[in-house]
Amino acid sequence: MPNHATIAVAMSGGVDSSTVAAMLRAEGSNVIGLTMQLWNQRRLAGRDGMPEAVTGRCCSLDDVYDARRVAETIGIPYYVVNHEDRFERDVVRPFVQEYLSGRTPIPCSLCNNHLKFDQLLTVARQIGADAVATGHYARVEFDEGRNRWVLKRPIDRVKDQTYFLFGLTQEQLSRTLFPLGAMTKPEVRELARKYGLALAEKPDSQEICFVPGGDYKKFIDAYLAEQGDSLPDTAGELVSTDGRAIGEHTGIHNFTVGQRKGLGVATGSPLYVLQIKGDKRQVVVGEQENLYSRTLVTKRSNLISVSELPDPMRVSVKIRHRHEPATATIEMIGADEIVVNFDQPQRAVTPGQAAVFYDGDIVVGGGWIS
Amino acid sequence: MRRVYLDNNATTPVLPDVLEAMRPYFEEHFGNASSIHHHGQETRAAVERARESVANLFGCRPAEVVFTSGGTEADNLAIAGLVQDGDHVISSTIEHHAVLNSCKRLQERGIEVTYVPVDGRCLVDPEDVGRALRPNTKLVTIMMANNETGVLQPVNEIGKVCAEADVYFHTDAVQAASKVPVRVKEIGCDLLSISGHKFHAPQGVGALFVRKGTTLEPLFHGGSHERSRRAGTENVPGIVGLGKAAELAIQGFESGNDREIAKLRDRLESAILEKVEAAGVNGAGAARVPNTSNIYFDYIEGEALIISLDLKGLAVSTGAACSSGAIEPSHVLTAMGLRPDRARASIRFSLGKQNTGNDVDFAIQLVPASVARLRELSPLYNKGEAQIV
Repeated sequence: MPNHATIAVAMSGGVDSSTVAAMLRAEGSNVIGLTMQLWNQRRLAGRDGMPEAVTGRCCSLDDVYDARRVAETIGIPYYVVNHEDRFERDVVRPFVQEYLSGRTPIPCSLCNNHLKFDQLLTVARQIGADAVATGHYARVEFDEGRNRWVLKRPIDRVKDQTYFLFGLTQEQLSRTLFPLGAMTKPEVRELARKYGLALAEKPDSQEICFVPGGDYKKFIDAYLAEQGDSLPDTAGELVSTDGRAIGEHTGIHNFTVGQRKGLGVATGSPLYVLQIKGDKRQVVVGEQENLYSRTLVTKRSNLISVSELPDPMRVSVKIRHRHEPATATIEMIGADEIVVNFDQPQRAVTPGQAAVFYDGDIVVGGGWIS
Repeated sequence: MRRVYLDNNATTPVLPDVLEAMRPYFEEHFGNASSIHHHGQETRAAVERARESVANLFGCRPAEVVFTSGGTEADNLAIAGLVQDGDHVISSTIEHHAVLNSCKRLQERGIEVTYVPVDGRCLVDPEDVGRALRPNTKLVTIMMANNETGVLQPVNEIGKVCAEADVYFHTDAVQAASKVPVRVKEIGCDLLSISGHKFHAPQGVGALFVRKGTTLEPLFHGGSHERSRRAGTENVPGIVGLGKAAELAIQGFESGNDREIAKLRDRLESAILEKVEAAGVNGAGAARVPNTSNIYFDYIEGEALIISLDLKGLAVSTGAACSSGAIEPSHVLTAMGLRPDRARASIRFSLGKQNTGNDVDFAIQLVPASVARLRELSPLYNKGEAQIV
């Protein structure tokens, strides 16, 4: 790991990034704390069923307050940088669009690609920092043999966040530090206590930071209303696998592949959403066994541990954050398209999510499921 | 690390003379100015002396000065205290949030508000104010000096328009007081707000000029303090500090010392513009308060420049910050018609009475080097393109 003179730490106000700042400071690095102001939580508050008051969420004033207190405790300069415009353009609007097109997006990966490891790296460089450190659970190393920066799964498998980091380029990885990659969450909390950080016991955040309460449907409604758009009418038919209409639905954004509840049709055996046909506004439903597929194609793929994929490669593949990696063969079929052939059929392959390829601990790359 | 503070439009340090004047009113003369006994009489006298000093600054009667907790309260009292349902209000697009959000609150109550625009120099046209008048217009509220650009609005002309139409005129003079004379008769205003900490009094005290005969609905309900216009025990040390700062401001105008700041500001501005290409002053074509310089540096992010400078010891800012402390896109520069990238590339230097020539030299050394560094990293910047601008 290169010896960085000045390191900007992306501070969210949570335990992980706060501990990173304290660790680097204790090691003698010149640390600058940065928090990205990405979304105004009050913007949609109280609108169309959205909660009136929002607290304890990313970009909330409470989190900024916590980050500021940590910075003051450990004695580092700290700034909040405003990237609301970029976040809305590159994360929020695509998030809404994806749902309206019948896909299930992952805003965290978009945010990593467009904000944390792009915009924030730029700001860090502008203010004289050589690298950005974050509280992600992942490892980044330079591999002499490959002559490449590699991204690896962390020691703490439960906290593994590499699934959200598959889009990082060599340039980004070369200027990124993940100091928590070799630690477990309990060890991080212990260290936070040791450094006297008041937020050592603060609970982990789970949900999407700009969707309070996790109700993305209400968020989409409220956001479109604010933009002066009404929700486009995406109501249509529920169809069976042979194309027969068996019911109606209120809009394709209400469904995700693998969903069982809320279909509004009663049949003998449980029905699942198999596919969402955005262009026809159709939601295809069927039995559990039809949910399994053996193959998928990723678009806008990114390779990390290898520069290209001239031959098919054996890997394990994760198709959602909490998915147990499944063995598969990947093969390049276009400029940034990769076909994934699983050894065993996988349940609920969901367009809009990412497929991330692993070779043991090493992240080979990944792409967006089409 | 050497630290130089050039963000005096945000707040100023309390001057030693002001602190000295305030000091006895924390411990020795601690009485409640409403009390009947000796202790109360002492502080009552101090409050009334301060009121005279502020009245001298305004050129009004002492009874026309209401002490408040600051500029925001003064603005709120003037606007919410005067306007009633069914009235119409005229303001501008470049007001401080204390005025803008007070107007927004009126709109939520169903009261109509017209916001007159500014031109590229950050100036309101008094004729626009005249054209916006309606039969039910009750109040015109337009600031005297803009906090971001320092541009002085044609308040005397606006005052004439208001007088002819017989509507109330309030001006937020928070950024004008002590920088230029603030004379209520020349302006022809009925209400005028100032804030102590913008001119070397402490934070937490301000004043509103209320022309005799103007009835305001109070914001607070309680005792009959400030002639029943502002309930609540007086902030005696703060008020004494405000009075002293007003005296010092008057002395500054009389002795001509106030022009020292203009010299420093002009030197800072011309040196930076000489050393940095593709840069310019926002509001350059208009009269400005003598301490403020808002400069755009094309091809950079103002946010990154402010952080870089702070890390090297120079404190400057843009005008506006949101509650998290992040920089907000400037509604003032946007209203002037600046391109969004140029608005984001603008930063504000604002001097105070404590600043010296050495402070300015420090900034002149630091700023061009920091801008050059940021431009090296800017994908948009290349020399050929920059020279065209």
